[in-house]
Amino acid sequence: MTENAADRTELNRGLAKMLKGGVIMDVTNPEQAKIAEAAGACAVMALERIPADIRAAGGVSRMSDPAMIKGIQEAVSIPVMAKCRIGHFVEAQILEAIEIDYIDESEVLSPADDTYHIDKTKFKVPFVCGARDLGEALRRIAEGASMIRTKGEPGTGDVVQAVRHMRLIQKQIHELTSLRSDELYEAAKELAVPVSLVSFVHDNGKLPVVNFAAGGVATPADAALMMQLGAEGVFVGSGIFKSGNPEKRAQAIVKAVTNFDRPDILARLSENLGQAMVGINADEIALIMEERGK
Amino acid sequence: MSKRRIGVLALQGAFYEHERILVSLGEDTSEVRRKEDLKGISALIIPGGESTTIGKLLRELDILDPLKVMIDNGLPVMGTCAGEILLADSVDGRKSDYIATIPMNVRRNAYGRQLGSFIANEDFYGIDGKVPMCFIRAPYIESAGQGVRVVARCNGRVVGVRYDSQLAISFHPEISGDTRIHSYFLNSVMQGQSL
Repeated sequence: MTENAADRTELNRGLAKMLKGGVIMDVTNPEQAKIAEAAGACAVMALERIPADIRAAGGVSRMSDPAMIKGIQEAVSIPVMAKCRIGHFVEAQILEAIEIDYIDESEVLSPADDTYHIDKTKFKVPFVCGARDLGEALRRIAEGASMIRTKGEPGTGDVVQAVRHMRLIQKQIHELTSLRSDELYEAAKELAVPVSLVSFVHDNGKLPVVNFAAGGVATPADAALMMQLGAEGVFVGSGIFKSGNPEKRAQAIVKAVTNFDRPDILARLSENLGQAMVGINADEIALIMEERGK
Repeated sequence: MSKRRIGVLALQGAFYEHERILVSLGEDTSEVRRKEDLKGISALIIPGGESTTIGKLLRELDILDPLKVMIDNGLPVMGTCAGEILLADSVDGRKSDYIATIPMNVRRNAYGRQLGSFIANEDFYGIDGKVPMCFIRAPYIESAGQGVRVVARCNGRVVGVRYDSQLAISFHPEISGDTRIHSYFLNSVMQGQSL
C-alpha cells in the first residue's frame, strides 16, 4: 500500500485525538497495566521505573527492556506508549520495531543528545514530546511530534510546574491570536519556530496537535485543575502506583477528567482515596528534569 | 416545532470533532456527560476513543441502561470506531455488556497496532463518489445478524453497517474533513429512509 507523509501525519495526530479526555498511566509491569486498563486508562506508558524511582535511584536512565514492554503490549488492548531518551533515535527505532503505539521522547530519561532532538518526520510511529512554552511545543511539532504534553517536574507529585507550563502555553496562544498578520514573522523569530506553525496558531487559537498535561498530577483535583486550565487529557506517572490504593485512585482520576467541571462529582471522587503519593516540593529538588531539551 | 438537537457522547475521545462537523452542517448539538443530558436529544453520536474507557464510564455514570432503552425505542445513533465496538452485541467472539444493540461481532484492533493504521478511499452506500476512510487501530465487523445491512467495505472487510436507525462504522469521518457521512446520518438514517 502506498502512503504519503500527510496521511501518516493525519493518522498519528488522529490517534492522539482519540486519547482526548482520557488518562494515560505509567505502568511498570503487566499486572499494573491490567489495573490501569480496568480503571479506564485510555493508554499506558510502559517503563521500568516510574519517575519518582528514577529520581530516587539517580544515575543514567534509559529506554526500558523491550521484553518488558512486549509483556505489557500482550496484557492490554489499549494503546501502549514507551519512552526513549531525548535525541536517541536508535532507541526510537527499536521501539518502532516492536510496534509501540506512541513514543515519548522524554526528559524523564537522561538525554542522549544535548543539542538535537530526534527527527521524528523519519518515523512512521507517532511521538509525543514535552514542552514548557509555546516555542518548545512548536519546535517539537516542526520536528514531527504528533502530540504535546507539558513537562511538569516528573516524579515529584508537585503539580506546580505543569500548571506553570499549561498557563504559559495558553497565554502565548492567546497573545498570538491577537496579533496582526504582518506581526507573525517577528513572532516566529522570537519563538524560534517556522512561520507556518505560528500562522496556524494565530488562525485557529490552538496547537495543531493535541496537548496533554503531565508531571506531578497526584489527585483527582490535580487532574481536573489541569483540564480546567486547558489540557485535553492527563498523563499520571508516579501519582497512581506510588499511592496507598492505586486501583481506586486510578478510577477516581479517570472520572475526574471526564467530570472536570463538576465540583460535586469531584468531591465524591476525592473521598477516602487513602494515602496520596507523599511527593517532594519541586523547589526542593536538585535534579531539574524539565530543563532537559529545549 | 423546536429545532432538533444532536447529542454527542462526551465521556472520552474525539467528541469535539463530531460537534464541529455537526455545527458546520447547521445542526444544534449538546454534549452527553451524564444521564440527564440524554433528555431532549433527537439522535446520539458515539465518537472514536478507547472503547474500554468509554464503556466503563457509560456504566459507572449510569448512562448505559437509559441509553439502551432509548435506542430500543428508536433513538437514531451513529458510532464511529470505539462507538461501533460499543454498539456491537459481540466483541472478539464474546458477548458484550456495553450498549450491544446491533447483532454483530466486531474484532477489536483488527488491523493491529498504530503502525497498521491506514487511510483508504472506498464506496459508501448512498453516497456518490469515494469516501476517505481513516482507520486508526480500527475494528472491523466479522459477522452480522439478520436485518444488519452492509454500507461500507474495505479490502473485503465490512467496515460499515446499518441496522434500522443505527449506523456503525469502523473509521473516523470526524477527522477526515469530509462531512458526507454525517450528512448521510442526518438526512437518511434520521429520516428513517430505508436502504
